[in-house]
Amino acid sequence: MSLRIVVTVKYVPDATGDRHFAEDLTVDRDDVDGLLSELDEYAVEQALQISENSDDDVEITVLTVGPEDAKDALRKALSMGADKAVHIEDDDLHGTDAIGTSLVLAKAIEKAGYDLVISGMSSTDGSMGVVPALLAERLGVPQVTLLSEVSVEDGTVKGRRDGDAASEQLEAALPAVVSVTDQSGEARYPSFKGIMAAKKKPVQSWDLSDLDIDADEVGLENAWTKVDSAAERPARTAGTIVKDEGEGGRQLAEFLASQKFI
Amino acid sequence: MAEVLVYVDHVDGAVRKPTLELLTLARRIGEPVAVALGGGAADTAGVLAEHGAVKVLTHDASEYAEYLVVPKVDALQAAVEAVSPAAVLVSSSTEGKEIAARLALRIGSGIITDAVDLEAGDEGPVATQSVFAASYSTKSRVTKGTPVITVKPNSAAVEPAPAAGAVEQLSVSFSEQATGTRITGRTARESTGRPELTEAAIVVSGGRGVNGAENFALIEALADSLGAAVGASRAAVDAGWYPHTQQVGQTGKSVSPQLYIANGISGAIQHRAGMQTSKTIVAVNKDAEAPIFDLVDYGVVGDLFEVVPQLTEEIKTRKG
Ligand SMILES: Cc1cc2nc3c(=O)[nH]c(=O)nc-3n(C[C@H](O)[C@H](O)[C@H](O)COP(=O)(O)OP(=O)(O)OC[C@H]3O[C@@H](n4cnc5c(N)ncnc54)[C@H](O)[C@@H]3O)c2cc1C
Repeated sequence: MSLRIVVTVKYVPDATGDRHFAEDLTVDRDDVDGLLSELDEYAVEQALQISENSDDDVEITVLTVGPEDAKDALRKALSMGADKAVHIEDDDLHGTDAIGTSLVLAKAIEKAGYDLVISGMSSTDGSMGVVPALLAERLGVPQVTLLSEVSVEDGTVKGRRDGDAASEQLEAALPAVVSVTDQSGEARYPSFKGIMAAKKKPVQSWDLSDLDIDADEVGLENAWTKVDSAAERPARTAGTIVKDEGEGGRQLAEFLASQKFI
Repeated sequence: MAEVLVYVDHVDGAVRKPTLELLTLARRIGEPVAVALGGGAADTAGVLAEHGAVKVLTHDASEYAEYLVVPKVDALQAAVEAVSPAAVLVSSSTEGKEIAARLALRIGSGIITDAVDLEAGDEGPVATQSVFAASYSTKSRVTKGTPVITVKPNSAAVEPAPAAGAVEQLSVSFSEQATGTRITGRTARESTGRPELTEAAIVVSGGRGVNGAENFALIEALADSLGAAVGASRAAVDAGWYPHTQQVGQTGKSVSPQLYIANGISGAIQHRAGMQTSKTIVAVNKDAEAPIFDLVDYGVVGDLFEVVPQLTEEIKTRKG
């Protein structure tokens, strides 16, 4: 038996950098260094673990939609151990929102062929956390999302979803879409050997015509939502800082009382 | 007046506070019609009516508890078809966002998530969002279909606004996908007796500086003296000192209380993403250079093992 896993990954601006908006109110990707979203590293890691724990012939494809630089994210995933990569790039994609992105990803996943899709819990830039659910809806397969623990056996995916009110055990037949949280297990660092091997792994490039998607289904002009304005929040005004010399707790209590919290 | 659908988040009929906040926002746009599903759905009607629901559409079936997300999407879609609302509002829980997203796709609509405010506009509701770890604030609209918007807890006040709250049975037929993901087990969380993290007026958090699970008792004692919820940084959660459900930040909960007290937390960008919009921020940290001090209204540079117990004592004394 074989198991085809597609891992969706995103190339995002570094969160520790100074992120801002471009003139057209899309995320400015030019002035900040980009990287593979840390939350997608967990997805790559779980794909690798499923592969390592399986007797099946597992093939892991990493998939991203994004500009030329987004290939860096694919390289990182390949150096962690994924087998091959698909990069979807098209000028018409600039400014595509979550609904549009899910269309592009779903078509690409179908074209690549899959038994299991694994995504991170959300991106670290847009942070909507809706793409995995949208993919399940579009592909018409079970959604097994926000797992802190995941396993695949005999064509069934199982996992634990930790919600606010309860922790749930989930189960679905493949094919399915899974997303994993940052509680699912530390992602491995690429080894030197992995980095060297990644250079020889295939990276395919597809554009919208390869996916039979019309330009008017995606892009900023055709987005389903519109950002009318973006304003930098005023920095918080500097507060009072005291050094504890034996009275710090009482001083803090005094402040809280002055603000009517006590 | 146009109707606005409000998806009700409830536990066995007990309506959670963020849903009442949604009703406040829904009334700015039109007449709120609530949709309550699953066990106890009909019991929600009283409190929903008190807060402005003109109608409460209910439906109960075992599918809601036995299968993940999709049965709820099917029901909400049925409600949209029955009511033709001007907008659909859902609270921004993880499940809420998933339900909203799938609904939007099905009804051919755009979706906005994690709004922190909502106003009526000439071209449909305008949502305010807080992005890039709350360093920017944006205003957005849905431009296609019926706007589907998820709203973060604490984004509006709960306001009494008595309305009819007429209960109507919603008719739902489940889709083929409804039974795709089976919930085979459920372990309910033990109640701590403290307020819900995302709903609390005061949050007291501990980080790596707390240095051990047993020391979280200090943080809990401070929280209890103020009637606060307890939060934790990811470093504290990863170390196994406090449960993940209490993590504040990008991959945990995002909180916006009246008062946030950070103890032994450095203030990394991912932590700030979850607490930066708190009204008043206070920190105790032994490192005067810690970035958390850039955010504070009041900060104490000192050892939390000295400062926190003294603070707790003083609060108890003052409260008598
Ligand atoms: C994708 C991603 C998502 C993340 N999501 C989150 C998230 O949701 N939430 C989150 O919190 N983090 C998150 N992080 C991690 C984040 O980057 C930081 O590593 C984390 O917030 C650090 O936690 P901390 O402040 O408790 O620990 P540290 O950064 O180690 O800080 C500990 C602080 O305690 C102080 N201290 C030590 N001892 C004492 C003492 N006795 N008295 C007083 N002060 C003392 C130290 O001076 C220091 O400032 C995420 C990271 C990534 C990459």
